[in-house]
Amino acid sequence: MAEVTDVVCSLCGCVCDDIVVEVENNAVTKVKRGACSVGKAKLLGHHRIKAPMMRVNGELKEISYDDAIKKAAEILAHARRPLLYGWSSTVCEADRVGVELAEYLGGVVDNTATVCHGPSVLAIQDVGLPSCTLGQIKNRADIIIYWGSNPTAAHANHMKRYSYISKGFWTAEGKKDKKMVVVDVRETKTSKMADVFVQVKPGGDYPVFSALRAILRGQAEIIPDEVGGVPKAKLLEVAEMMKKAKFGIIFFGMGVTHSRGRQNNIVNAIQLTRAAHLYGKWSIMPMRGHYNVTGFNQVCTWQTGFPYSVDFSRGYAWYNPGETSSTDLLARGEADAALIIASDPGAHFPGEALRHLAKIPTVMIDPFPNPTMEFADVVIPVAISGIECEGGVYRMDNVPLRLRKVIDTDYYIPDEKIVERIFDEVRAIKAKEGGV
Amino acid sequence: MTEELLIKNAVVYDPINGVRGERKDICIRDGKIVASVRNPKVIDAGGRVVMPGGVDVHAHIAGGKVNSGRLMRPEDGRKGREPKTKVCRAQSGYSVPNTFTTGYRYAKMGYTFVMEPAMPPLLARHTHEELIDTPILDNAALPLIDNNWMTFDYVKSGDIDLLAAYIAWMIKATKGYGVKIVNPGGTEAWGWGKNCDLHDPVPTFDITPADIVKALALANEKFAMPHSIHVHTNMLGHPGNFETTLATLDLVKGIKSVKNRPVLHCTHTQFHSYGGTSWKDFESKANAIANYVNNNNHVSIDIGQIILGDTTTMTADGPMEYSLYQITGRKWTNCDVELETGSGITPFLYSGKVGVHTIQWTIGQELALLIKDPWKLALTTDHPNAGPFIGYPIVISTLMSKKRRDEIAKEVSPAIYDKSSLPSIDRELDFYEVAIITRGATAKILGLQEHGKGHLGLGADADIAIYDLSPEERDAGKIQRAFLNTKYTIKGGQVVVKDGEVVAAPAGKTFFVTPECDQKLMDEMLVNLKQKFENYYSVTYNNYAVQDVYLPHPYEIKAPMVA
Repeated sequence: MAEVTDVVCSLCGCVCDDIVVEVENNAVTKVKRGACSVGKAKLLGHHRIKAPMMRVNGELKEISYDDAIKKAAEILAHARRPLLYGWSSTVCEADRVGVELAEYLGGVVDNTATVCHGPSVLAIQDVGLPSCTLGQIKNRADIIIYWGSNPTAAHANHMKRYSYISKGFWTAEGKKDKKMVVVDVRETKTSKMADVFVQVKPGGDYPVFSALRAILRGQAEIIPDEVGGVPKAKLLEVAEMMKKAKFGIIFFGMGVTHSRGRQNNIVNAIQLTRAAHLYGKWSIMPMRGHYNVTGFNQVCTWQTGFPYSVDFSRGYAWYNPGETSSTDLLARGEADAALIIASDPGAHFPGEALRHLAKIPTVMIDPFPNPTMEFADVVIPVAISGIECEGGVYRMDNVPLRLRKVIDTDYYIPDEKIVERIFDEVRAIKAKEGGV
Repeated sequence: MTEELLIKNAVVYDPINGVRGERKDICIRDGKIVASVRNPKVIDAGGRVVMPGGVDVHAHIAGGKVNSGRLMRPEDGRKGREPKTKVCRAQSGYSVPNTFTTGYRYAKMGYTFVMEPAMPPLLARHTHEELIDTPILDNAALPLIDNNWMTFDYVKSGDIDLLAAYIAWMIKATKGYGVKIVNPGGTEAWGWGKNCDLHDPVPTFDITPADIVKALALANEKFAMPHSIHVHTNMLGHPGNFETTLATLDLVKGIKSVKNRPVLHCTHTQFHSYGGTSWKDFESKANAIANYVNNNNHVSIDIGQIILGDTTTMTADGPMEYSLYQITGRKWTNCDVELETGSGITPFLYSGKVGVHTIQWTIGQELALLIKDPWKLALTTDHPNAGPFIGYPIVISTLMSKKRRDEIAKEVSPAIYDKSSLPSIDRELDFYEVAIITRGATAKILGLQEHGKGHLGLGADADIAIYDLSPEERDAGKIQRAFLNTKYTIKGGQVVVKDGEVVAAPAGKTFFVTPECDQKLMDEMLVNLKQKFENYYSVTYNNYAVQDVYLPHPYEIKAPMVA
């Protein structure tokens, strides 16, 4: 039995890096410290895709890695408008090869931001993002606002490591030194811990952001008795807390990115942060979901100039979400083949997009079975990044960390190698058949 | 296999070796300059101007804030798009090009080395990941070590030896090249939305920016570091800041340099040479700064020349970016980094119709023309802050042509005649001086001449630019075009650009420095450092340092401790 310390978790955007596990007979047998219950479950392992598979007469049949990689390459090389989607639960090394493959194919590359924080990206492109690293919040924040996000369920260690419950330089007493405000459409475990819970009507976030901005800009008298289901008195109370803060942070989640208003909600949230900055130091941060959804956006941005939804059919990067996102492409019935990696559109895409995806030849690369497998034509299992192989990832605050390898695998191949091998096969096919 | 190359009929400008426009042949074997070759491929330079590959001392080309700039500005990404070729990846961007484009455009201008001057230590992996994807260019990065709480502790206790141990650890941990200072103390104060001038106390920490600069200069000289401290002084961009700049330069006067180089590099000095008390009576104080540099030998500067037009400003100086955003009301990104530094990004348009911007433009020119000894000087635009690096050929053409400057003066704000001495300066640089401020001096300032950069002496790296220019050429337009696209660029003996097209894109090397610190001192420092990780960082000590895998093409420079 051996103890491994400083294990970096490959589950959510928190990327906790202080995990201690026990390893025995090349398996993680115990998680001693650091991980939340979901992270613990991933580290301890659960059912895997046993072998590469190909769909024959409607049934998935086991095949060799070599055959699966060849078949995947054929699907991509023969497509006219391939979509390469996912990339958020894998490492940056795989993402780099993925973007290059999409460029080579003249395809579209996109990640899960399309159906989570894509609207946040659009908002940042409108007004920018005043933000900071999570340690800054741990050491300084005296007021924390969770807006449309529920960390107790989705980012279980977030409060303990980085925000409300953490202790730091000017916050030695932990939550005694801080106030927490939760804004949501319903009561949650997080809202029950808050000093102030602001319950908005569904779709009411935008006017509530606007109302708070108006109060901070000295226009309280124009606010009606109720905004977005929130009484004026409550808005005044929250605005007063914001004015008094020395260091405040707004964490926002899918409750505002994907409710009515979408990217406009986030623009307004950022404008609220800018208004609050007139009084004290204020920052704002999206609660990113997958452990490396942020990393794909980084890689895609430095390689192409644009963070996601990049169309290479013109030879250069064409970025126009609304036209070039994976859901746009699928809903229009344009994509004629798909590579799905490190994500599960089968569970998360809107019906219209999904119906088309199910019709076209689809290659799926993932360590675990998921609903996408129900229609995938080639299924390629991989080593689990952060357990069986290492690689670079970006935490939700854009801090780059390196996942560690904790145990060996003599069978599964890392994402990066699989994508490289598919790329090699694609090149070989194009060399033989012409094109590109 | 031996690869040989012979460049015939070159008119060579190699200032480090005192070669001033001599017609000669250059022999290359296995990527290095040699005395003779037997069976080479031959390039006939046909009497064209030939220089060592350009060396840039200061351009923000890779890392967190550059990428935040790209992400925030798709409108910039849409400029300059070019489809992939057999050699090149797809290109995009003007002030914030994608990484591949950065490599290609520099190579086309005849540059082969670039220093990324602001690497937030906690985000160092990011900088290195982008450098991996920046083709052709050799590179290095300077970690920010001036707003770090460890630095503050040792500045306060006055323990220069432990501070030296800390900078040694940090440069090693980040695979960095030296000590970068950006608005010392002010960026920490920005953690609370505040800022500091040179002698203001840093909130909570009971020290001043002046203390920080002096202590870091002393600590840097504890090792045989190739480069001095690299300083972005307090109060960047504020009217009247030239006094802060002069006072900062004077702080380190008398500190002994352990290598044959200055003890302080004052970067993008244009932004720090402002007179007046507000934007209304704003004026150039380039002459005051130039006088100081002319009369002292302990400092070098780069000019940070404005390129008129749109750009993306980005700096670790968070409060400065906030001030700029308050002026323009345009989009603004900020990222404060725990215990270490910060950053801000906002787009900016430098317009020749605006008096202040015009004076800003003249200051860079004045500095370059009023400083007598070009060896103290480097050409930069603080890319992309004062303008994108792709504007260098414009700067070269104006520095070489009084006529060109006079033409511009007629088109910009008349403030140029009241608030700047530029119209009265007749000096024109020649090709030899241009070679000094773009390769010779810059290589020496960075201590790279010992490592085969910035010159064409025997054993030097065969990094060479052949410009489509006769040595007699004086036409500013032709000079500008020639410096934008070389006839040939050769990198490590390989032709990478021919007739302005990229024909090969090999990976560049990353240079990093290993300061060799006394182990006892290091152990003592580590006790304090590990407490900082335990209590305040959001990552663990063991997950902090940049792994070797992030430098696939490393070049190590050892810096022994000086007794």
